[in-house]
Amino acid sequence: MTAEHLDGNALAGPLGEIFAVDVTSATGRCAHCGLTGPVASLLVYGPDPGLVGRCPGCEEVVLRVVRGPGAAWLDLRGTVSLRVNLPD
Amino acid sequence: MGIISRGFQGRRRDAGDRLPPGQYLVDDFPVLSAGPTPRVPLDRWEFAVDTEAGQTHRWSWAEFLALPQETPTVDIHCVTKWTKLDTTWQGVSLDVLLEDVETAADYALIYSYGGYTTNLPLEDLLDGQAWIAHRFDGEELEPRHGGPARLIVPHLYFWKSAKWVRGIRLLNEDYPGFWETAGYNNYGDPWREQRYEGD
Ligand SMILES: [Zn+2]
Repeated sequence: MTAEHLDGNALAGPLGEIFAVDVTSATGRCAHCGLTGPVASLLVYGPDPGLVGRCPGCEEVVLRVVRGPGAAWLDLRGTVSLRVNLPD
Repeated sequence: MGIISRGFQGRRRDAGDRLPPGQYLVDDFPVLSAGPTPRVPLDRWEFAVDTEAGQTHRWSWAEFLALPQETPTVDIHCVTKWTKLDTTWQGVSLDVLLEDVETAADYALIYSYGGYTTNLPLEDLLDGQAWIAHRFDGEELEPRHGGPARLIVPHLYFWKSAKWVRGIRLLNEDYPGFWETAGYNNYGDPWREQRYEGD
């Protein structure tokens, strides 16, 4: 069932509304198994009722984004850290 | 017996009266998922009710099928705005499953194979309002629609009708579930259009 989920780049639009940097290229660490990789490598389910990004290693939830009218909710409980490359 | 195909009780209201605010009708059955579809072998399937006192009641697949069955016909309303009328299910009423369970809890947290959870007041599961269903439209419930068995609680938005249901935890305090902790309404009444937090 490989077609069940979307590509991690499906997160670019909704996260681009929240963050000034492109978070899909940031490096995240899964809170469940410790796997590290770009946000774009997550297995993404949705887009409705919300985008659910799962770890390609353990399939646990790494991040969730819900876009409602006038607000977005971002849940990063499954993420230990996000490394974002920035200029000095 | 209280619940006999409520869609056929009395005169059918016309479709317009059965459409909650902001919803539109569909004929197909859209699939929404927050993760991979769990495959649960029936010989390892079980359904459990865990009480606030720490007691657990369990049913194997065979024990579950041996319980009195009902065949509700209900309208279902997804928070993504589709409504499907007259869906037909077969399953066991929560009134039956909770009959011998001693509890004073006010809240229920539904949990599923695959890790999904959703919460609702215990009273919303009782009095002919909810079923654990294992057949849809005369057929075994397909995995993509929540088979082997899913909760059906049609008077709330359909995210409360957890697919791949595994059990119910009875709680003294409310414990928000998967979508309820990510912006969706804690209760989800389609007739009051309670889609998001704060609606
Ligand atoms: Zn992981």
